[in-house]
Amino acid sequence: METGAFPLASSLRIQGRVIGALFLREVITRYGRHNIGFLWLFVEPMLFTLGVTALWTALRSYHGSSLPIAAFALTGYSTVLLWRNMPSRCIGAIVPNFSLLHHRYVKIIDVFVSRILLEAMGATISFVVLSIFFIAIGWINPPEDMLKIVVAWVILSLFGAALAILLGSLNEKSELVEKFWHPMSYILFPLSGAAFSVNALPPSAQEIALWIPMVNAVEMVREGYFGSQYHAHYDLAYLVVITLVLTFLALVFTRLAAQDLKQE
Amino acid sequence: MIYLENVAKDYETRGGRVRILSDVDLVIAPGEKIGILGSNGAGKSTLIKLISGAERPTSGRIRRSMTTSWPLAFSGGFQGALTGLDNLRFICRIYGVPTEDKIALVEDFAELGAYLREPVRTYSSGMRARLAFAISMAIEFDCFLIDEVVAVGDSRFREKCEEELFKKRGDRAMIIVSHNATYVKKHCDRAAVLNNGTLCHFDDIDSAYRYYDELMRSRG
Repeated sequence: METGAFPLASSLRIQGRVIGALFLREVITRYGRHNIGFLWLFVEPMLFTLGVTALWTALRSYHGSSLPIAAFALTGYSTVLLWRNMPSRCIGAIVPNFSLLHHRYVKIIDVFVSRILLEAMGATISFVVLSIFFIAIGWINPPEDMLKIVVAWVILSLFGAALAILLGSLNEKSELVEKFWHPMSYILFPLSGAAFSVNALPPSAQEIALWIPMVNAVEMVREGYFGSQYHAHYDLAYLVVITLVLTFLALVFTRLAAQDLKQE
Repeated sequence: MIYLENVAKDYETRGGRVRILSDVDLVIAPGEKIGILGSNGAGKSTLIKLISGAERPTSGRIRRSMTTSWPLAFSGGFQGALTGLDNLRFICRIYGVPTEDKIALVEDFAELGAYLREPVRTYSSGMRARLAFAISMAIEFDCFLIDEVVAVGDSRFREKCEEELFKKRGDRAMIIVSHNATYVKKHCDRAAVLNNGTLCHFDDIDSAYRYYDELMRSRG
């Protein structure tokens, strides 16, 4: 069916088609056609972020910077949604889609990628809509350096995607991954930089905090957003290297998982 | 053409690696109909998955210049929350075929009426099977893979399936996995027996069956 002078181009076309088909299937399966349907994709993360913002405002959370709490919660919690939901959706993604692998074009990585795209879209739309809303009502100022935010957001998405694919394929080897991811993601939330500012930490703790990849991304998002009012600490190169290493491992383990998938 | 050369397939199990297929050679020419016999667990389904390209061999080589179907009338891939039409759209998208001109065909063939636009979880098993077969016919392939006898619906629907598959698509290659001697004899040119993961070829179906029967008897 698919032949041409460029096998890679035709493979990419097939993969794009399959990911698109899985994406639409996922949208209908998850959100259905009832009430607001696929709008839940970003309404749900928006509700989470608003809830956290309200909670932190009510508790007057201490985060160690001069930023308004709304600004802090928006940048912090939105990034958490990005790296936490992707792995949660990819762990155990294969079992319900097992039978689709009978179609030769459908590979397990396509199942992962379609779910990751959906999560990335949800988190991104939620972040953008809430940003516009908070700016419109005057709670926060418009971003100072949009490009920096985009770069940090994209790299964090790629980090989340690589982590998701790695954990998703490792989970096919051992279901312990699923058992450990829940507590892990719970503990990582406060450690991820969502709820603190690195600058407020003592210097020795700052160094340790920056070993956590997500902290670097949150700090960079905040610098892009509030640059002049926020003293950010991050190491972009470190985040990129970690993301590349995770991507490599993710591809290796997906390949291994695909070899040993025993279908019914 | 489809060539399987020296193909082996292992699966990882709790008890270690298990070899499901070893040294399998098979050549499928355009239009050829090949029956594959084997007891339960002989590796028939694994062989079908390797031929279709859904799985990769552990060693050996598979070359393909024909398009191959998924195991025919296979209905496990339906998502209950989706309608029959959603499922058709999904399959068409995967194989890069426009859906719109297939809807009437599937509607007519599956005889689901308004149910085509209802979630598949509301279908009876017969309706599911009819939808599965109709969707299988919506995408054209050079080689159809048929895992176990296509026995869905009542006798009138079975006749329709036979007509659609063996008359209208009589020029295609087919691989039929079955226990049923009459069925294989009726539709196949030659047959092969799968035993303990190895494939023995026979030029005529009767000798393939004699060998298969002996195998079954010797196992008691």
